[in-house]
Amino acid sequence: MFWNREMETISGEDLEALQLSRLKWTVHHSQNVEFYRRKFRDAGVTPDDIKTLDDVEKLPFTYKKELRDAYPFGNIAVPMKQVVRIHTTSGTTGKPTVVSYTRQDLDNWSELIARNLTMIGLTDEDVFQNAVNYGLFTGGLGFHYGGEKIGATVIPSATGNTKRQIEMIDDFGVTAIHCTPSYGMHLVEVAEEMGASLDSLRIGIFGAEPWSENMRKELETRLGVEAFDSYGMSEMYGPGAAFECPEHDGLHLWHDFYFAEIIDPETGERLPDGEKGELVITPLVKEAMPLVRYRTGDITRIIPDDCPCGRGRRLARISGRADDMLVIRGINVFPSQIEHTLLSIPEVGDQFMVYVDRINHLDEMTIEVEMNRESFSGELADLAGLQRKVAGAIKESLNLRTTVKLVALGSLPRFEGKARHVVDRRGEIW
Amino acid sequence: MWDPRAEEMPATELKRLQYRLLKTLVYRLYSFSDFYHARMREANVHPDDIRTLADITRLPFMYKRDLRDNYPDHLFTATQDELVRYHVSSGTTGKPTVVGYTANDLENWTASLARSLTACGLGRGDVMQVSYGYGLFTGGLGMHYGAERIGATVLPSSTGNTERQIELMQDLHVTAIACTPSYLVHIGETAEKMGVSIRDDTDLRIGVLGAEPWSEAMRTKLQDALGIRVYDIYGTSELSGPMFTECTEQNGIHLWGDLAYPEIIDPETGESLPAGEKGELVMTVLKKEALPMIRYRVGDVTVLNDEPCACGRTSPRIMRIQGRVDDMLIVRGINVFPSQVEHALMEIPEVVGSAFQIEVDRKGALDSMLVRVEMSPEAFSDKITDLMQIRGKVAHTLKSSLNVAAQVELMAPGALPRFEGKAQRVIDRRVY
Amino acid sequence: MAEKKYLIKQISIFSENKPGRLAAIAKALQEAGVNILAFSIAEANGFGVVRALVNKPDLAHTTLTDIGFMVSFTDVIAVAMRDEPGGLFEIARILGEAGINIEYSYAYSGKDGAVLILRVDQVEEGVEKILAAGGTLLDVSLFQ
Repeated sequence: MFWNREMETISGEDLEALQLSRLKWTVHHSQNVEFYRRKFRDAGVTPDDIKTLDDVEKLPFTYKKELRDAYPFGNIAVPMKQVVRIHTTSGTTGKPTVVSYTRQDLDNWSELIARNLTMIGLTDEDVFQNAVNYGLFTGGLGFHYGGEKIGATVIPSATGNTKRQIEMIDDFGVTAIHCTPSYGMHLVEVAEEMGASLDSLRIGIFGAEPWSENMRKELETRLGVEAFDSYGMSEMYGPGAAFECPEHDGLHLWHDFYFAEIIDPETGERLPDGEKGELVITPLVKEAMPLVRYRTGDITRIIPDDCPCGRGRRLARISGRADDMLVIRGINVFPSQIEHTLLSIPEVGDQFMVYVDRINHLDEMTIEVEMNRESFSGELADLAGLQRKVAGAIKESLNLRTTVKLVALGSLPRFEGKARHVVDRRGEIW
Repeated sequence: MWDPRAEEMPATELKRLQYRLLKTLVYRLYSFSDFYHARMREANVHPDDIRTLADITRLPFMYKRDLRDNYPDHLFTATQDELVRYHVSSGTTGKPTVVGYTANDLENWTASLARSLTACGLGRGDVMQVSYGYGLFTGGLGMHYGAERIGATVLPSSTGNTERQIELMQDLHVTAIACTPSYLVHIGETAEKMGVSIRDDTDLRIGVLGAEPWSEAMRTKLQDALGIRVYDIYGTSELSGPMFTECTEQNGIHLWGDLAYPEIIDPETGESLPAGEKGELVMTVLKKEALPMIRYRVGDVTVLNDEPCACGRTSPRIMRIQGRVDDMLIVRGINVFPSQVEHALMEIPEVVGSAFQIEVDRKGALDSMLVRVEMSPEAFSDKITDLMQIRGKVAHTLKSSLNVAAQVELMAPGALPRFEGKAQRVIDRRVY
Repeated sequence: MAEKKYLIKQISIFSENKPGRLAAIAKALQEAGVNILAFSIAEANGFGVVRALVNKPDLAHTTLTDIGFMVSFTDVIAVAMRDEPGGLFEIARILGEAGINIEYSYAYSGKDGAVLILRVDQVEEGVEKILAAGGTLLDVSLFQ
């Protein structure tokens, strides 16, 4: 099924012409942003140098850091009164990255999610449980608007309260659910314990964190769904920028909205189709916050041949990161962020270790702390208070749940040279 | 005004419109809703008996327990393809309250808020921080849609992380905030600790405050301390969500007459009371499609004011909510029924579910709820970690059933007072 | 002030909840010639606090600190108890009536009779009330 057959299946010269005209518009539009004017000047290019799609290579890359440094509104290309929504993503230190939307941006974002949902067979007859975070995080509101657009019954269940989520699936006859794959596995286990049937459920949309083909099998058999992979990030509106079709062989990055390149992350050279490298995205219709050659940090490749479903070429599923970013329970975290938060707690000092494990399919973060001698009062209540303080600080700054263990002095590893306080023990998750 | 034709409609014309909408609603429900059909039959009233607007008093009441008894969707008068949203709030015992919406229901809810927010002086140029919880709770998404409709820039900051909220308020030039009154007090206090003056260091000028009771004294305090204007907003999830606010006159909440028909009754006898007298609010929502409401007993105590408002809007107003007719508590904007607490505790074998006490207090600006419950003698262990685990289990069960966190204190068997008849289980130490 | 001499230095030692930790503490104290007069363990989530009254608290502190333990001093009081029914009640009643809360407590019964060790929320008032009610508090000199 198609939501917008014309755009979904546009190909060949028509697609190239459309992409080129939109690319030209985007590049010109980007000049409303001071840092893009500067970047273009530094690179010695002007918007008029874009005459073919391949001319994109002349343009400078945009990095996440630049968006963050533009805080709060230095990356906006429209007058503030046209901005109708603001989301933020957590920052490495201190200030977050602000992403802004015009009304047209919100419409575009809902449109692409409506395409995704229609592509996998959802209609206004479906009951769609949106079990991801709402609020500043883009996952919740993004899929919410898309689900509403196709006329499905949307349950904004957000995260948490697993038992209630399962009761809702059974009581409301939920047919489709959107959550992180690890939360999907957790639902399976709690439902099995509760003896809930989850009979009505037929479609699972999983995104915001990497998941493997093994996990797909597990989710499909135990949750009783057909599982679909969803990809996106706040900088590209939010989740749902690329989505798996029923062929389950790669994701359609909506070609009328985004222009994709694969590069060698070391050299910045463009790689030919089929080769693995870092995904670089130039959105083609973004108004409030245009981006030029944005470095996503995600490793993938372009599958060169057309998909049998008729929607053209696909991106392979994400197979790694070009940097040390971790995805924990769907939240993107850099080890430096965790370290920064812990280092700011005086009782903790620099003696701590952070372990990320996957226990019962859920990501669990454990922080082992050797507290300072000076901070030890001898009172049990103070120790318990420190545990709460550390867990609270991580929750506040990164929105992550942790277990805090107090350990004896000298029991944590000491580092010569660069300290590695954060250890990911989840093994093969890509 | 957002919709002058509706907002300024002359009283007689409005009455005619209300009568027409009521008549249509009653016919529709008599024909298509098993529940209302049976209720009207029981009450020995037929749609043809409704000949004037005043005849509404012949129709039977609808109660919160009717929602529970018909869980989850037996009261809905829309098909699955027409339904576009569910919201869920905690109920009185066990099963939650579910509200379904059609696209028109969302439209009317949003339009109502667009009028209300405009009446508070908000518009396109504003940046509104929505600090209500998003998700199943109607506060967040409701205000979000309303603010989006009037063209304001919406910052969906949801709840939590107050320091970050204050930073964003400053940095993103937020001009209006929607939250509970106690949370705004908390924001004020936290800002002060951070060395930020809401008055001088931010662009905040308007607060739209609701989901819990507050007072004129609190309004004066907030307006003086923060240098902004604050407005009361009213609504419950059964009626769709937060829907109606005061206008800039700050003298009563405008209930849009083409959307809702309010009555005030004596909660004991069910008799209608004239405007100006205090009683229980009963609401008929005139255009609701998925979950229609005729004479719904909201349980809030207030006074109806049908004098014309200085702002020129003709719809009737309700004055500040002055209390409840039942024992419902509002903790951090979430409704909590003691019966629901009991129901949740009953599920835990390690405690005696019937022997509990709830203490609500306001520490600093925010509500805190403490639940004391007796342990069952068999569950006692001399390992403190076991006891902590039981306490954690009770806290977790309460949180999932009530959607609001409670502190838990385990008590020895027999330690709590026993009651004859209706138990006095709630100690509410808050002053509004 | 006079009450000072009844404030006894308890040592509190942080210990992870795993085998061998207590043995390590006891061995170190033995080697340093420190005698443990009274002792208890409080448990929590994954760790515990060992509390002890010793004859040489400063030496115990240094000894344990040197081998890497986290140690701190806490002021407690030690009350002589009649070693017969009602002995504990007398003391608890005095504190209870004065509105003084006992945070934790442990006891030993030795050759010189029974001793109750108390950590109370208002130490100085506690000392005062017990003395006023005719109770006997052990002098700090016994523990150093």
